[in-house]
Amino acid sequence: MDDMPAYSLRTRIAEGRDHRVVKDKLLSILVIVFSAITIFPIVLIIGKLISKGYKQINLDFFIKKAPDTYEAMTALNAGEIIPGGILNGITGTLLMVLMAALIAIPLGLLIGIFLYEHGSKKYAGLIRDISDILQGVPSIVLGLIAYFWVVKNITHGFSALAGSTALAIMMLPLIIRSTEETLKMIPDSIKEAGFALGVPYHKIILRVLIPTGFSGLLAGILLAISRIIGETAPLMLTALGSMEVNFNIQKPTSAVPLLIWEFYNDPNMVDLIWSSSLFLMALVLILNIVTKSIRSKK
Amino acid sequence: MSEIIKHIEDPVLDIQKLSIAYNKDKYAVTDVNAGIKRKRVTAIMGPSGCGKSTLLRAINRMHDLYSNIVIDGKVFLNGEDTSELSAIHLRRKIGMVFQRPNPFPTMSIYDNVLAGYKLNGIRLKKTQRDEIVEETLQDVTLWDEVKDSLLKKGTFLSGGQQQRLCIARALAFKPDVLLLDEPTSALDPVATKKVEELLIKLKKNYTILLVTHNMSQAARISDFSMFMYMGELVEYGKTKDMFINPLDKRTEEYLTGKFS
Ligand SMILES: Nc1ncnc2c1ncn2[C@@H]1O[C@H](COP(=O)(O)OP(=O)(O)OP(=O)(O)O)[C@@H](O)[C@H]1O
Ligand SMILES: [Mg+2]
Repeated sequence: MDDMPAYSLRTRIAEGRDHRVVKDKLLSILVIVFSAITIFPIVLIIGKLISKGYKQINLDFFIKKAPDTYEAMTALNAGEIIPGGILNGITGTLLMVLMAALIAIPLGLLIGIFLYEHGSKKYAGLIRDISDILQGVPSIVLGLIAYFWVVKNITHGFSALAGSTALAIMMLPLIIRSTEETLKMIPDSIKEAGFALGVPYHKIILRVLIPTGFSGLLAGILLAISRIIGETAPLMLTALGSMEVNFNIQKPTSAVPLLIWEFYNDPNMVDLIWSSSLFLMALVLILNIVTKSIRSKK
Repeated sequence: MSEIIKHIEDPVLDIQKLSIAYNKDKYAVTDVNAGIKRKRVTAIMGPSGCGKSTLLRAINRMHDLYSNIVIDGKVFLNGEDTSELSAIHLRRKIGMVFQRPNPFPTMSIYDNVLAGYKLNGIRLKKTQRDEIVEETLQDVTLWDEVKDSLLKKGTFLSGGQQQRLCIARALAFKPDVLLLDEPTSALDPVATKKVEELLIKLKKNYTILLVTHNMSQAARISDFSMFMYMGELVEYGKTKDMFINPLDKRTEEYLTGKFS
């Protein structure tokens, strides 16, 4: 190195720099191309939803029940926008998602914590496998199961409870997984600090691990909700749908995706498909953005 | 003339025939006998993997966490068999500080000092809490640096400040013994010096057991030193004696840097 002439070293550095510049350029072009490929469908979807759906989005859309086909037809013939909204769908989705969350969150957290604690034992592997399989079960099959469990045996008819059961089973493996992963990311040293202060294990979980992993746990829950909020197939077999705003968990209930399906089947309601889809899409998008910001904040 | 310490009058800790194995046949600590002198700094030295941490963690029963560890022998704290004390009682009497500063990330500086109380559900009046926090932070010479930001998260502090906060957290219960496992190995020289000065100050009130890789650190701040090798306690004596005139060949080789 020492006897190498200075100019040669300088030339080499310059050459290296040129090389890097070309590489950097190539890389940024690739980045732009790939981002374009991924963004394109999203832009297309959102563009379509907005252009077709915005007309129907007004206050009534959020505070009125879905119209019947006669009302829609009358409006259509008069050249007006379809009256009414999707309130029965919004309340139904709220009710069922909330109930599903109430079932799946505590169970998922408990099982996730259990797997975290006993992760290396044999039966933990089994539980993990079952949870993975559950995650792969087609949602319509879960709807069928909820139909036989709840619709036939518990509520003796289509019901919000049955819908929530199907959704809860869908959420469960997602929450189990995210809980275990989140807790695993917390360094052992934090746990040991708790032990060294004489804190019993269950209190360390409750008062140290859960608060420390809180944002991760919350993000996992929100992501699970955003995954199920648009589910349609299992609800057809369980909640069925309803023209009314319903808060009785034993009664058939509507949901936004169910309404979209109903609108699709009614030639007079086509315009409402787009606005309802836009609403659902916005909901999922917001949930995802909130989840992302929670994840990155910590 | 140096001598191997066989007996210490009224020891805080008395380790008797202590052997520890992570796997049934491979002992990480074998047959350690030692009394620990009250209100002194005792250093535990030895090459990597010789069992220093394993020994230290047996004293406050951190090994309780893992079910397949085999422990033979006993440790007495002020004459009481530690295996018969409740973990919470024992760990209120024996504080521990780790290699990497590990303040609770969700807690403020204030709450970190009080973590032992909070996490164990011990309720204190506001005035008591304030008093403990101020006194303990004064003790670890952190008060002046953080008194205006007590409600900020502990993780915002520098590494050295975090480590002093962790020492404060361990001292908030006013333990008899403070165990430290290489507390300065993740710190820069300036922060290390502060912690060392702090330990010298703390030995007025506390018995300190310090695992260190750093021989000059042991020489600077410890009164007694243990040298461990492959799980065995090879030599235990006054630090000065041991550094000037080690009795065992292995101690001498370690101190002269023949192996590390
Ligand atoms: N959790 C564990 N499971 C199995 N073996 C372990 C475990 N922890 C330590 N050991 C083994 O026990 C022996 C002593 O380890 P220990 O951590 O006590 O050494 P140490 O003196 O503290 O080393 P270092 O200076 O590197 O921290 C080593 O052989 C190590 O491999
Ligand atoms: Mg160690």
